[in-house]
Amino acid sequence: MLDLRQYASLGAALKDALERWPNETCLIEADRDREKVRLTYSDFKEMARSLCRALEDADFKAGDRAAIIMTNQSKWLISAYSMFFCGGVLVPLDYKLTPTEHLQLLAHSKARFLVVEFYLWRAITQSPEFANSRVEIVLVTEAPAGADLRGAYRWEEFKRKGEPQFVARQREDTACIVYSSGTGGRPKGCVLTHDSYLEQCASLTAWYPFWPGVRYLSVLPTNHAIDFMVGFIGPFVCGACVVHLRTLRPEFVRDAFVRYRITYVSLVPMVLRNLERGLRAKFEELKPRKRWMLDRLIGLNKLLTRGRPHMELSRRLLPEVHKAFGGELRALIVGGAFTDPSTLQFFYDLGIPVACGYGLTEACTAVTLNDLNPFRADTVGKPLPGTEVRVLNPDGDGIGEVAVRSRAVMSHYLDDPEQTAQAIVEGWLRTGDQGRFDGHGHLQLFGRKKNMIVTAGGKNVYPEDIEAVFDGLRVKEYCVFAANYLWPQKILGDEMLVLVVRLDENQQFDDRLREEIVARNRRLADYKRVGGSLLWNKDFPRTASLKVKRGELAAQIGSVAARAEVVGV
Amino acid sequence: MSAPTIDHTLGEILNLAAAHFKVPREKLTPDDDFFKTLGIDSLQALDLLTRLEHHFRIELPDYELQGVSDFRTLANRIQARL
Repeated sequence: MLDLRQYASLGAALKDALERWPNETCLIEADRDREKVRLTYSDFKEMARSLCRALEDADFKAGDRAAIIMTNQSKWLISAYSMFFCGGVLVPLDYKLTPTEHLQLLAHSKARFLVVEFYLWRAITQSPEFANSRVEIVLVTEAPAGADLRGAYRWEEFKRKGEPQFVARQREDTACIVYSSGTGGRPKGCVLTHDSYLEQCASLTAWYPFWPGVRYLSVLPTNHAIDFMVGFIGPFVCGACVVHLRTLRPEFVRDAFVRYRITYVSLVPMVLRNLERGLRAKFEELKPRKRWMLDRLIGLNKLLTRGRPHMELSRRLLPEVHKAFGGELRALIVGGAFTDPSTLQFFYDLGIPVACGYGLTEACTAVTLNDLNPFRADTVGKPLPGTEVRVLNPDGDGIGEVAVRSRAVMSHYLDDPEQTAQAIVEGWLRTGDQGRFDGHGHLQLFGRKKNMIVTAGGKNVYPEDIEAVFDGLRVKEYCVFAANYLWPQKILGDEMLVLVVRLDENQQFDDRLREEIVARNRRLADYKRVGGSLLWNKDFPRTASLKVKRGELAAQIGSVAARAEVVGV
Repeated sequence: MSAPTIDHTLGEILNLAAAHFKVPREKLTPDDDFFKTLGIDSLQALDLLTRLEHHFRIELPDYELQGVSDFRTLANRIQARL
């Protein structure tokens, strides 16, 4: 791999990577079972060259912010590289947000440029808030012939001939603004420098190296911190290949492992669980004798890999299982949310190492990771090289708030010194997660101090961000909380949002109100919906400016009401 | 051959969903939130979509399912491609 210490920016490192391995395949893009694009590092450089020249002509300057809203595909990476080459700041946005949310974050980030997939752009332009958009230049990918692009350019035609001028950036310059939350309330745009990414990349690849010939399957959205690092920066600076799959459909994900003989993949717990379900169903279909044999072989593999993984041995013991994953898989990297230890153990027992980690956007990508030496299903691993992790104010069980200090940690939240001061205290990032170290230096997590949930799909959902959907609900007042914030528990999982409702005097919680809550809840993306409601019979405590004192209200509810009183929505 | 009616399409979807996720057909209604009624996550919903594609011999991009959580809307999206 490249010696990242020699580089001042992501653009400089990626530029050298494209020159270092010209004939290696860097990118494959498949839609279902159809391969659409296959590029060498040299091809990638050529495609980016004409885009960089066109960006120069469009007056793209150092420090300009450019957003990307796209599903995983080659144009995502080519666009991102071109922006870095031209000295820009990348704003990767989640394509699953609504058009209103996209426009809010585009406005907050002050992005001048936008690269967006056609169907998403169409939705954005149909939003009432579109009229206020300040984005100056929009490049739309895969627009059908004759489509009205509302002033945008076609990405495929946005190119110029000639040699673009590389724009140098320094380590402390901003590389990306990544939103960790705040679409409905107060946006949290994590400002991450080139230094953050280069340091994080060096420490991750020290434990999980890439090299030419490695094929990384990219199924998590590239805007997600994990895939941006492990499915773009990491493989590229090592000469490896990224395989983009433009669908998350389980049958095509399974096919891709075999078709492209995948080496690594990063998954969120929901996808891992889906793979587990598929395998267990296959095992159930086996005839009793074959099943008996499989169970014995799994038992033997478990015994022989207790201390550390033995990939070759496991592949020989359980060839059919490993063939289903392409036969060259070295590790499943899992993070983004709580993963059930039994699922992790299930895969490890089959000889498929699972590297479970813990991270947050504010810390660039990962804070801790399992080094598989030995495998542990009950922890999120050890701090990565160069990362300090402390447990603040531990209780009698050694559990306290996890704090992180490293060069990978964000510099601040964009335009929000108040939230920055709360998040970074004396150089330490307060994660809001509760954890403790075991005797072997592994971090174990035990829930959250903060009012939020993380779904099995790796999505952070902040109650404040979804409350707007209940605006106008015929009640005196309402507030949304994470159940585990109201009733703290020292385990992860079992997360849901609760709508706390205070009725008007003499008002009944009747069917009409219930139906209204259900209907409004459905307007939210499925992973953002509240799971239950709770009736509260006191007025909410409020500040002088009439804002709900959430912390105080949560403490009142937690001490008086029980979680069992929550009624499903 | 003329396209089936929306009611027919909706009925087929409910039958397939009931059979695939092993729930009694009579428990499913067109306006049900299928995530909740079937107790499935978004990947299982994509799996159902794949089966529906095979059944109706169409291809639906994943984004067609974005924001869709009830059988009736799903039927409308499928009907538009028949």
